[in-house]
Amino acid sequence: MPSLKDLKNRIESVKSTRKITKAMQMVAAAKLRRAQEAAEQSRPYTERFNAVMAGLAASVGGSDSAPKLLSGTGSDQVQLLIVMTSERGLCGGFNSNIAKLARTHATKLMAEGKEVKILTVGKKGRDQMKRDYGQYYIGHVDLTEVKRIGYTDAQSIAKDVLGRFDAGEFDVATLFYSKFVNVVSQIPTAQQIIPASFEAEEGDEASTLFDYEPSEEAILADLLPRGVATQIFAGLLENGASEQGARMSAMDNATRNAGEMIDKLTIEFNRSRQAVITNELIEIISGAEAL
Amino acid sequence: MADTTQFDLVSPERRLASAQVVSVQIPGADGDMTAMAGHAPTITTLRPGLLTAEGPDGTTQYVVTGGFAEITATGVSVLAERAMPRDEVSADVHAELVKEAEEAHAKAKEVFVNEPGPVDDAAKLLADMVAVGDHIGL
Repeated sequence: MPSLKDLKNRIESVKSTRKITKAMQMVAAAKLRRAQEAAEQSRPYTERFNAVMAGLAASVGGSDSAPKLLSGTGSDQVQLLIVMTSERGLCGGFNSNIAKLARTHATKLMAEGKEVKILTVGKKGRDQMKRDYGQYYIGHVDLTEVKRIGYTDAQSIAKDVLGRFDAGEFDVATLFYSKFVNVVSQIPTAQQIIPASFEAEEGDEASTLFDYEPSEEAILADLLPRGVATQIFAGLLENGASEQGARMSAMDNATRNAGEMIDKLTIEFNRSRQAVITNELIEIISGAEAL
Repeated sequence: MADTTQFDLVSPERRLASAQVVSVQIPGADGDMTAMAGHAPTITTLRPGLLTAEGPDGTTQYVVTGGFAEITATGVSVLAERAMPRDEVSADVHAELVKEAEEAHAKAKEVFVNEPGPVDDAAKLLADMVAVGDHIGL
């Protein structure tokens, strides 16, 4: 049986924990709004971009001269997994879910006899992936210093990836990130970015005959590397929103748990205090009766 | 009153403009072109330059660094990799853009020693970037 003093200390410490988790939850909520806005802002660009690329890819894709970024290297032996996670923890299962998906993917590929290489973005994913797949790990992009993710960050990651592709280090690249659905649900997603696949949207777009300046091929060659950057950027933003969403619900849970714990401890504290009082009374009464 | 057409200017980070305009002057890779309502559907890549949108209420100018423009029957969409209203481009911002282009040029020279193609592209990018500065009078 803990003493009254011990109980009091514990209640105080849980209370301050609750204060911290509550504050973190509110910070995450504010950041989530910003992250969602950023994701929203980038959507028109991504959508238009993909629509145009789909049209271009459909008209050029079939020919032999199609760029490697679109048609692939003709092999899928070496697979690059780009695992994007957060820089900070305390966001529930967010990082583990992405890492788990990447791990399942990697295991499957290895069972098929493929070679796997892993590039991580975000400290938390690096720690997890390095532990299990240290020997396949080829690099890490550090975004710890980045406060607000900008397109230039995505560009520098894309440049790194494209450099490796041009050097023939891999054939297929897949991006792992978490898609933001709402605060309580984020879906870990795998998306193949090299060779590029664009979902062609059915509609009047495809039927319009465009003039191309310079040529179709030149535009495609110019835009494909940008497409990689755009997809990475979209992934980063989705991930940012998901991270804050996950943190918000994790911290909400933590705050609630702390509240329950405080209630339980307070009851215990009151009971023991009452027990002490009752004990003292019994002693006084039996002392008085003995006289 | 001339016909107007829908004009959208978006960068990956934000939507800069969405308005009805009379004409848009686009710095295309093969030269400037002006799109007005009823222009033939065209897709062109951009070079770094000045984009001018002339609307019923006046003219706005933007500095764009690359990307592409899509002209359709319904409007003009410009997807610029980086786009800024002209007023936001100070000497510092411009100097930074030029520096980036210089670095890319130096790197291209290093990597593609015997291939003039990419080096020339980077040199053109740099020249365009410098020309932007002249255009906006820095």
